[in-house]
Amino acid sequence: MRPLTWFAVGIYAFLHVPLLILCAFSFNSSRFTIWEEFSLEWYRQMFTDAQLGEEALNSLLIAAASTVLATVIGTLCSYGLWKKQAKWLSGSLYLSLVTPEIISGISLLAFFQWAFRHWQFQLGMHTVILAHVAFSISYVVLVVMARLRTAEPALEEAALDLGANEWQAFWLVTLPMLRPGIMAAALLAFTVSFDDYVITSLVAGVDSETLPMVLYAMARRGANPVVSAISALIFVGFGALILISERLQKT
Amino acid sequence: MKHLRAMFLAPSVFFTVVLFLIPLTIIVSYSLRTRGVYGGVVDPWTIENYARLFDPLYGMIMVRSVFMSLAATALCLLAGFPTALFIVRNEKHKSLLLNLIMLPFWTSFLVRTYAWMFLLRDTGLINSALIAMGIIKEPLPLLYNETAVIVGLVYGYLPFAVLPIFSNLERLDKALLEAAADLGAKPWETMFHVVLPLCAPGLRAAGVLVFIPCLGAYLTPDLLGGGKSIMIGNLIQNQFTTARDWPFGSAISLALMAGVMVLLIVLIRRDGEEAL
Repeated sequence: MRPLTWFAVGIYAFLHVPLLILCAFSFNSSRFTIWEEFSLEWYRQMFTDAQLGEEALNSLLIAAASTVLATVIGTLCSYGLWKKQAKWLSGSLYLSLVTPEIISGISLLAFFQWAFRHWQFQLGMHTVILAHVAFSISYVVLVVMARLRTAEPALEEAALDLGANEWQAFWLVTLPMLRPGIMAAALLAFTVSFDDYVITSLVAGVDSETLPMVLYAMARRGANPVVSAISALIFVGFGALILISERLQKT
Repeated sequence: MKHLRAMFLAPSVFFTVVLFLIPLTIIVSYSLRTRGVYGGVVDPWTIENYARLFDPLYGMIMVRSVFMSLAATALCLLAGFPTALFIVRNEKHKSLLLNLIMLPFWTSFLVRTYAWMFLLRDTGLINSALIAMGIIKEPLPLLYNETAVIVGLVYGYLPFAVLPIFSNLERLDKALLEAAADLGAKPWETMFHVVLPLCAPGLRAAGVLVFIPCLGAYLTPDLLGGGKSIMIGNLIQNQFTTARDWPFGSAISLALMAGVMVLLIVLIRRDGEEAL
């Protein structure tokens, strides 16, 4: 093989081997990183941990709610921006995309604390969902906009000429065309929400611990094969989600 | 049309204003105020928080963050360019190879970072293997240092480097390469005098796209760096939690934000908005 190929093989190994090793060792019966024998012990522990189940459910609920909201809001926004530019809005959305997560997190925390002084509410699931919608919208706009750039405005004009009103032109002509983009955007919104630790940990309340928050706490505490098992499950789950969505987009 | 468009934009305008612009404004106002006795934010207005950024104690952390991010960015470009070149030259499997680069990116960032803790810690796979083979007796201190953080950053953001370089290479006019060869250039001469200069916009975009998240990194230095290798992100988090000095934390955040924006503006001025 040529040197370039060797180099590329090395890079692909660097990207994938650590995750594959982690998955493999989640089936190791020993707590330590020396292979003993095949075992599903850590998976058993994971599935019988009631608290872990609750936190995984929280994560799923938050991801589902924020994905639906962000996808709808972001798609409408992209369409509006496609019709006529609004520099300050697209600029703000872009800025929120490049803002380091820690800054989004602390500014939302400061905002919620400030709002608590005027209205009676506390940190909880709702603040986490609001925060997730806020950072997911710009991802959705990014993906849907890319799709809209290739769309043909003449199709809508034709629909309008043929007597459709603006709503019908949007709903019956442009929206169906955007479906693959919207699905890709929703998938992205779901994964960034499900995965988020930095912002969530700052705006979560006592009743809204999420899976990444537990994973983080367990990882901090030291070697724990249950973390490997959860990781393997997330890896496989996300992989399946992407494969399914690619299939759906092709049909 | 006006009404429909206004209705369509209303929810995103609401979220952007209420949950992005107003919170940022609050941070700006906090950065100009004083820390209260019990950690709150009180008047008088002051610019002292910004002056403290130049305190050697904090300045060191910022300088180190910049150097670590530069190191990670340089490594990403060095690894990303040949990888992108390899993908472009493999016409047949191009989309598979690209997807494989993006695949880890779709996995949880936390899981990816944990994978490196699993490899690097004292009882981790690398140390266990080396001890089992009898090469070392005591575990090597692989985790909780700056090298571990840089490895984690490269691992996390390498896909951001490969993609822009790849799309730049793909747009390259093949005729120019043939012309160089016809005129007697050796392959490496073509590489350095033709391909690399033409790839400069892609390399710049890749550099900025990797450098920005590295500079604002929080999880990677937190989990792989331990207490001694903290970066700006950890310093900010610390001011808002343990230290309870929100005004100073806000000032650091805005300094970081300013750095990010200057970089983006410089890049967009140079290469246009399509650069990103």
